[in-house]
Amino acid sequence: MTLLDLANPTRFLSLTAKILPWLAGATAVLLVIGLYQSAMAPDDYQQGATVKIMFIHVPNAWLAMFVWGVMSIAALGTLVWRHPLADVAAKAAAPIGAAFTFLALVTGSLWGRPMWGTYWEWDARLTSVLILFLMYLGLMALWRAVEDPSRAARAAAILTLVGAINLPIIKFSVDWWNTLHQPASVMRMGGSTLDKAFLIPLLVMAVAFSFLFVTLHIAAMRNEILRRRVRSLQMMQAGKPSAS
Amino acid sequence: MTLGPYESFIVTSYVLVAAVVALLIVWITVDYRRQKARLRDLEARGVTRRSGRSASDMS
Repeated sequence: MTLLDLANPTRFLSLTAKILPWLAGATAVLLVIGLYQSAMAPDDYQQGATVKIMFIHVPNAWLAMFVWGVMSIAALGTLVWRHPLADVAAKAAAPIGAAFTFLALVTGSLWGRPMWGTYWEWDARLTSVLILFLMYLGLMALWRAVEDPSRAARAAAILTLVGAINLPIIKFSVDWWNTLHQPASVMRMGGSTLDKAFLIPLLVMAVAFSFLFVTLHIAAMRNEILRRRVRSLQMMQAGKPSAS
Repeated sequence: MTLGPYESFIVTSYVLVAAVVALLIVWITVDYRRQKARLRDLEARGVTRRSGRSASDMS
């Protein structure tokens, strides 16, 4: 299998039909292991059992940023290489990324109330993640608003690349500004500061959620290819040339 | 396993994540079935791809 094979939508559909059940199975197994390890993890000496929220909050927060990174690479694919699946990949990823960002915000808020004494604070980390969520919604609205798929693809790709500026702001906001949010404790220079009892379940959950994203993304890409085929056939039926 | 005084915050977080993930799975599954049905309907009306291949055949 080469990248060129995957560049063809028909070949992509055929290949992913075979791997999707395996990916879904691996995701389910990893989630079960991760949830079991999260349940069995000890209480933190300061936070008590609320540390268990970390095992779902952090993977969602990582994926919120990772998905926008994937969409940014896809945006380059649309603008520079005009890859046939690039816009399909970006459009299919957006609602999934929005869902992960929403979950990062809400679980963070539910973790913040007992630990910080507040659900929300307009500080740099929380506000920049809220902006990321609004950018996801804006991008989804743009795809729906522009009828011509190729024009929508270019506009969305430019907006995605502009929005990528927010990713380093989110990552380094806890270092650049005063914030209630704790600084990085896993992905940092000098290694993780987390004890293994928390780090291992967290990493297993992060891998499980990454598999979940890949599975959902491939399934959503397949749907998007079918949707474009429907549109193309409808245009043929109406006697118009198809732009997709 | 006891979750202490903040049990409701922990349980709500996990239930919410499970609900949103389930919603995503249902949405993608329903969308797939809808697109396949629309393709089958178009092909049944004689609208086919230029290549002549079935648009709903993905094997």
